[in-house]
Amino acid sequence: MGIEIAIAVLKAVVVILLLLGLAGMLGWVERKGSALIQDRIGANRASVFGFAGAGLVNTLMADPLKFLVKEDLVPAHVDRFLHTLAPCVNLFPVVVAFAAIPFADTVHIAGRAIELQAVSINIGLLYVLAMMSLGVYGVVLAGWASNDRLSLLGGIRGSAQMISYEIGMGLALVSVVMTYGTLDLQGIVRAQGHLIGGWLPAWGVFYQPLACLIFLIAGIAESKRNPFDMPEGESELVSGYFTEYSGIKYLMFFMSDFAEVGLVAGLMTTLFFGGWQVPYLLADGFHLPWGATVALPGLVVTLLQVASVMVKVLFFCWLQILIRWTLPRLRYDQLMAFGWKGLLPLALANVLVTAMVVLAVQG
Amino acid sequence: MSPVVFMMMAVLLVAAALGVVLHRSPIRSALSLVVTMFLLAVMFLLLDAHMVAALQVIVYAGAVVVLFLFVIMLLNLREDARAMARASKVVAALVCGGLFLFAVLWFLVSAAGRGIDGGLEGGVPATFGSTELLAERLFTQFLFAFEVTSVLLLVAIIGAVVLAKRKLA
Repeated sequence: MGIEIAIAVLKAVVVILLLLGLAGMLGWVERKGSALIQDRIGANRASVFGFAGAGLVNTLMADPLKFLVKEDLVPAHVDRFLHTLAPCVNLFPVVVAFAAIPFADTVHIAGRAIELQAVSINIGLLYVLAMMSLGVYGVVLAGWASNDRLSLLGGIRGSAQMISYEIGMGLALVSVVMTYGTLDLQGIVRAQGHLIGGWLPAWGVFYQPLACLIFLIAGIAESKRNPFDMPEGESELVSGYFTEYSGIKYLMFFMSDFAEVGLVAGLMTTLFFGGWQVPYLLADGFHLPWGATVALPGLVVTLLQVASVMVKVLFFCWLQILIRWTLPRLRYDQLMAFGWKGLLPLALANVLVTAMVVLAVQG
Repeated sequence: MSPVVFMMMAVLLVAAALGVVLHRSPIRSALSLVVTMFLLAVMFLLLDAHMVAALQVIVYAGAVVVLFLFVIMLLNLREDARAMARASKVVAALVCGGLFLFAVLWFLVSAAGRGIDGGLEGGVPATFGSTELLAERLFTQFLFAFEVTSVLLLVAIIGAVVLAKRKLA
């Protein structure tokens, strides 16, 4: 009993540190990446004993320290309780949802089967959706509690946008669930383990390319980043729903923004790109399509699986940053029209076609 | 289900529900409603109804109350100064609440010791609350009610659109 609790606590702590560390690192990657795209140098003020490549240290250490010691300004006549609650409510669902992402196959140590995910529940996908649907409260609360018209506009835009794109995302996931026949994220990853035609990995993206695309678009809209960053809209609303925040509370909004990027990348990896599956790698080693086999010990296989998740997650984080700095912002009516008249009918048609194919295959 | 956990949750749930009706500020009422919905989901979890718990959070905490908040923010309601001051409103609320309480109590007393559709022979099945069992029952035994509900929702949506269009024209 004691060991079970210790393992659960250890897994939770590791996953939280991993996500927050990733979020901090992405802050630096985004600055450097945007500088690269805009032909600037960017984020070059920090150096440790003259070592120029210390920009990462800057974002991971210097920035949080700076935010911590800055004055926490609270505007006059605001609801102080809700104003303080909003950044916490914003960060909480993202971190909690990330707990369902599996990092490797079940590990057997000393007769104990350990799932390498912080919480293993058989309705994992619904749990993630439930937590993500709570993410809107941070935006709404921050917009309302700031007692400022720019913040309020940002909050209203954010709530309408997130509700609208949640529907497209949910329907895209319905077709994914129909394909795999399970809501368990670990089960979904296991189902992507075999090969199509003996050589192509049976990843979700090959079965559900449209759902994959809809999920990525809706995911970017959910994390309120360009081209869907109307709730923030620097050129119109200063900083949107978190205009009136400073110091550590501002940092929390900043962190949850990047944690959401990590969450969307994690879900893309798990649902459409095989999760911890490495092509041709089975529990006892590589089985290459031309018949060659490379035997590997169990520990190496587990490490390869974890590395596979990491590489894929970093790739999708990079992709989201690239999209954010490449595409211009949509107009608000374009955003709504795209969500309701574009993504929603496409996702519905995808569900219909998937249902017919599943019926035909089952006979 | 552990009685201690249940009692804690029940006390919190009633407190949050009281917050919904007693707060003067509409936005705090709506937030209390979110907490109420979330704690209800925890109650479903304690009853092994995982699927219902997840749906409770997705639909009610994650969507319905967000729309409430959206409307409150759009109309920019601050404090409800007029409150429930008029005596006629208080009487109406008391009568409706009393009737509802009576209906619930009557149902509980009459249904004591048996399930809604007959008794539960052999206790609760092991798969109780699972997605598979819920879906299977929904699409076989309760298919008619399920379809009728979806038509009802469709009618409500069309009605809302028609009313909104009339306002615009």
